[in-house]
Amino acid sequence: MAKKLAALDVNNCIGCMECMFACSRRVGRIGLDKSAIRVRSAGGIERGFVIVVCRACENPPCAKVCPTEALKERKEGGGVVLDETKCIGCGFCVQSCIVGAMFWDDERDKPIVCKYCGECAKYCVHDAIGLVEA
Amino acid sequence: MLMKVEDMNKVLYIDLTKKDIRTEERADLFDAYLGGTGVAIKLLVEECPQGIDPLSASNPIIFAVGPLTGLYPLASKTVAMFKSPLTGNLGESHCGGRSAIAIKFAGYGAIVIKGASDIPLYLAIAGDEVKFRDASSIWSMEAVTVGRVLREVEPGAGVRTIIRTGTAGGKMVRYACAVTETYRHFGRLGLGAVMGSKKLKALVISADKSVEVPKTKRKEYKRVYDEIQDVVVKSDAMAKYHDLGTPGKIYSMNKLGGMAYKNLESARAPEKVARELSGENIAEKYLSRRISCAHCPVGCVHLASLRELYAPGYYFKTSTMPYDNETIYSLGFMLGMERAEDYLRLNDTVDTVGMDAISTGVTLAWATEAYAKGLITKEHTDGLELKWGDVKVYSAAIKKIVEMPNEFYQSLAKGVEYASSVYGGQDYALAFGGNEMPEYHTGLACYLNNLTGARHSHLDSAGYDLDQKLIGTDFSIEEVASALLKEEEWRQIPSSLVVCFFARKVFTPETVLKALGAIGLEGWTEDKLNDIGRDIHRAKMDFKFREGYDLTKLRIPKRIFEVPTPNGLLKEEDLRRAIEVYGKMIGR
Repeated sequence: MAKKLAALDVNNCIGCMECMFACSRRVGRIGLDKSAIRVRSAGGIERGFVIVVCRACENPPCAKVCPTEALKERKEGGGVVLDETKCIGCGFCVQSCIVGAMFWDDERDKPIVCKYCGECAKYCVHDAIGLVEA
Repeated sequence: MLMKVEDMNKVLYIDLTKKDIRTEERADLFDAYLGGTGVAIKLLVEECPQGIDPLSASNPIIFAVGPLTGLYPLASKTVAMFKSPLTGNLGESHCGGRSAIAIKFAGYGAIVIKGASDIPLYLAIAGDEVKFRDASSIWSMEAVTVGRVLREVEPGAGVRTIIRTGTAGGKMVRYACAVTETYRHFGRLGLGAVMGSKKLKALVISADKSVEVPKTKRKEYKRVYDEIQDVVVKSDAMAKYHDLGTPGKIYSMNKLGGMAYKNLESARAPEKVARELSGENIAEKYLSRRISCAHCPVGCVHLASLRELYAPGYYFKTSTMPYDNETIYSLGFMLGMERAEDYLRLNDTVDTVGMDAISTGVTLAWATEAYAKGLITKEHTDGLELKWGDVKVYSAAIKKIVEMPNEFYQSLAKGVEYASSVYGGQDYALAFGGNEMPEYHTGLACYLNNLTGARHSHLDSAGYDLDQKLIGTDFSIEEVASALLKEEEWRQIPSSLVVCFFARKVFTPETVLKALGAIGLEGWTEDKLNDIGRDIHRAKMDFKFREGYDLTKLRIPKRIFEVPTPNGLLKEEDLRRAIEVYGKMIGR
């Protein structure tokens, strides 16, 4: 079965950002700017955190607005896959994602798309995020 | 944006007088001294003229991170260095939050801030772009409000830190702190006062870069990263600091009889008080959230929430405040609080004005005793009747320390060393080397640590830890001095890398070498680390001695010889001799 990434329990999140570092490491970068997952405070740390991940939508808006079909719906489990060779960097996908889970790579001028690989979840010691059946 | 491992040597120099900046590659410093404290002390010596007033424009502020910052778990701290307005010599304070990550991924190894502005300013550093911005409208604001304003007004590219002062900083209370991410602090030795003297209210630092791991190193880097992560996650420290946080040992320290209580009237609070102020009790009743510094899975930061009646007619307010081992000691035990919620209220007040909680608590504890003994009167205190456990009076006193309505509060704002030199009561003015004491009354080692440590902090050489190991054993003064020196020398390495001291057992010499090697920093050996640890420590001591620190003139309050420690009564002649022995070991 296809998997997708999900925020399992945002109350467990301590804001360590290890998930973001893990996601960036996949492309050989140490930092936060290549991450397809974001953790930020919910308006003051005392209110806790917001975990922004791709929801693996069925009939995903980002794919619908992509003018070059660079973003295509995944075969099963919802969500999208990106064909970078087709992407012209228009950024419509970012605008279409109302949960803000489509991030942008300024260096390459392409979206950063979650691949549902679960690498980030491996580093979430507190079980705030995880892979689930899509 | 892309950054290479070797790009981490960049120093950003900011001149507040000229409102000008420049950057310089300082591989000379980073190659030789790693980063953090090692590089910061070299920059301090370069930038700080001898004998200056710490509150003058010539005092530099240096923030430094290290080669491991952001690259491995728990490498999450920033080192700040400056000449301390409290002790008149080395000012060094460490802080986590997001500060280290933001500085590193903004592209800097260190930031040096010199000069003083003519108008209130804050600095907005977004990667390579540095803006000087007018802070007139936020100058007299509390630290938490400054954070709120700047979060809104400054675009947040990537991840950022907001380092700011509260009202105490602007008034140059000599132990004013700097606050990051609302709940973390560059607490000790007066960074907030130095920022205040420069009319610098805050720094917003945003990260916009990431470091490329060379292709040939990726596998090795990930392997070493995973090894470190694994050790951290499975270590006792992880469970200990995550569950109860730093206050986990409060109760046992009191039971041991090593906890300074009511200005060290005794070293053990009554059982009822100890239970009330224990980490367990505060967690059960008030813990509302655990958070972590960026890139640390431990989450030792504990926040408490307190719901209280604000005004009649069901007006409740809920305040959130961080709580820690040292603040429970200084604002709870030292000031004789009998209820945890009173401690939390006082902690909130101290946090609101932005002062170091240890210095505040110890200074007020001295004032309370001096008041009881008639050395100071209501005239001095501006009408306040200082009394153990009275949270309202202490809160009012804290606000007066900031406002300084008279000479007495002006003196309190300079710390207990100064205040007791004016009003007397030096026998029970519990400062060492000019810095108010940490909680421990455990024996010879903790006081030798307090007196000779470069920062006069328990974290310099962990004397309290050694004392506990020595209980019931025979030991010589030489052994104690030598063990502390060795510990302090080694601690310069985690402080230069920079990794959190809670991870000091994870980052063994072997692990440090592996971690450096995996990011392409080759050529380090355990001997070389030991050598630079010693060099960095001596450089810090040299700075202290240059600025007037003198082992033969250290004032030791008599009180510590009158109250038994878990190692029995400490003798002044032993402590004096230990200082002498320590001095010889460092060639002084």
